Amino acid sequence: MKHSIRIASGQGFWGDLLTAPYDQVTKGPVDYMMMDYLAEVTMSIMQKQRRKDPSLGYARDLIPMMERILPVIVEKNIRVITNGGGVNPTACRDAIFRVATKLGIKGLKIGVVLGDDILDSLDDLATRGVMLDNMETGEKLAGVRDRVMSANVYFGAWPVVEALNQGAQVVITGRTTDTGLTLAPMIHEFGWKADDWDRLAAGTVAGHILECGGQASGGNFSADWRAVPDLARIGFPIAEAMSSGEVVITKHENTGGLVSMQTVKEQLLYEIGNPSSYITPDCVADFTSIRLADDGRNRVKVFGVRGKPCTEFYKVSMSFLDGYTAVGTLTYAWPDALEKAKAADGILRTRLSDIGLQFDEIRTEFVGHNSCHGPLVRDFAEPNEVVLRVGVRGLDHKAVERFGMELAPLILTGPPAVTGFAGGRPKPSEVIAYWPALMPKKAIEPRVVVEISS
Amino acid sequence: MKVKLIDIAHARSGDKGDTGNVGVIARKEEFYPLLVKYLTVERVAKHFDGIAFGGVERFELPNLWALNFLLHGSLGGGGTRSLKNDAQGKTLSSAMLRMELEIEETVRL
Repeated sequence: MKHSIRIASGQGFWGDLLTAPYDQVTKGPVDYMMMDYLAEVTMSIMQKQRRKDPSLGYARDLIPMMERILPVIVEKNIRVITNGGGVNPTACRDAIFRVATKLGIKGLKIGVVLGDDILDSLDDLATRGVMLDNMETGEKLAGVRDRVMSANVYFGAWPVVEALNQGAQVVITGRTTDTGLTLAPMIHEFGWKADDWDRLAAGTVAGHILECGGQASGGNFSADWRAVPDLARIGFPIAEAMSSGEVVITKHENTGGLVSMQTVKEQLLYEIGNPSSYITPDCVADFTSIRLADDGRNRVKVFGVRGKPCTEFYKVSMSFLDGYTAVGTLTYAWPDALEKAKAADGILRTRLSDIGLQFDEIRTEFVGHNSCHGPLVRDFAEPNEVVLRVGVRGLDHKAVERFGMELAPLILTGPPAVTGFAGGRPKPSEVIAYWPALMPKKAIEPRVVVEISS
Repeated sequence: MKVKLIDIAHARSGDKGDTGNVGVIARKEEFYPLLVKYLTVERVAKHFDGIAFGGVERFELPNLWALNFLLHGSLGGGGTRSLKNDAQGKTLSSAMLRMELEIEETVRL
């Protein structure tokens, strides 16, 4: 049994730096690489893609990326764990098998974690008493049932551990928690038990630090962004995990970026609620127990983490269609840029009202002036130019579409020195709303399938 | 004396549904008690008047010299429903750091 493993973060979201995974497996030693692809609305986008083509529904970036890294990870025996399988992990696996064949790689073992996609069994679950009411608002699912576009259970680390135990070199999952991707190799290597809450919490905290890629190693760093060297060649974070549960966060030598107490702290605070109850399917981690220590250049030790027992529930993430939005912009230049943009907004709203269009919301922001800090912006110097940004939201597709036709006329029929309409009319896009729910763990079983390429 | 929050703290923000979270971290250990004492829920709620419509919560993480704030109802509905340029609250951190605090203590920055 190993006492220490190095787990690299390869991707922090679908759309992240494409060169990062290759850098992680080539620029220094690692044993595992995790790649997180899934945000709350990603699954619904993937469901839409699968409906159009049953062989899609996963993070397609993953395939050319695997083509690039497969020869390296096979040679170095690095294991890769990713939730980029989306709503079709099996098709994702098959695509990777085809890449392996093309590269002449034989005997590649890929594990898939299945069972998280419950879109087709919602009614069956309801008859068994699993109602999936909105856990934040208490609303009944029935109200949106016919508009549900995706429904996925957040599995934790254990199904991934099972795939690793069966020898999978690549593990493809659907909706597995971001933190589970990092925790799983620790459980697998160190033999941690399912009720070893402190160590499971320690691995979960490491997972939280890795799950946003470069955001832990100098990206988006508010304390002193100028002090971060060579962001162009940023090294993504690496967790050196020990069987004791202690973890050192670091990055490869000769890469850009920065790992410091401050960069790690900022990532620890990212997207958390009550810090004493960071709930995952594997444990409840207490972020107030986390201790950090400087461990040399670009090295931060994370220790002292305490955990509590996991709950009896899985979180379920559903999405449903909830109307349409359209957002358009126009740019106004000196003189009186802001005043003219405000006048144009007034003209636009009068026209929308005159033709009788109804929306649930119309929102105007002035980019370059207040789109980020809203009412906090007071007494600022007149900007040279301002982008008028107007958005509407409503259930009526026609009204939202018509809004898009009312913006462009302002160029010839509004205040002067206006430009920036090269993109054409704003098009309606679907609002994919989020529906969080809980379901008893005993109502569902994850399935793990490990296959070997011929 | 009057201190700018950005001189004694750094911050990161993100989203969960329609709630923005802002983690505020003291730049030095001796600044953390100042955050606890002066960066109160009331002051933060007043600062974010017109932005956070659903109330403010505060949690303490003394080991990290940090406070975590939840700004409920601050993201225009959140997710893809929001019409905001900053629908995910990424800049709420810098909005927080604009605050100025009147403090009794004298600090060396």
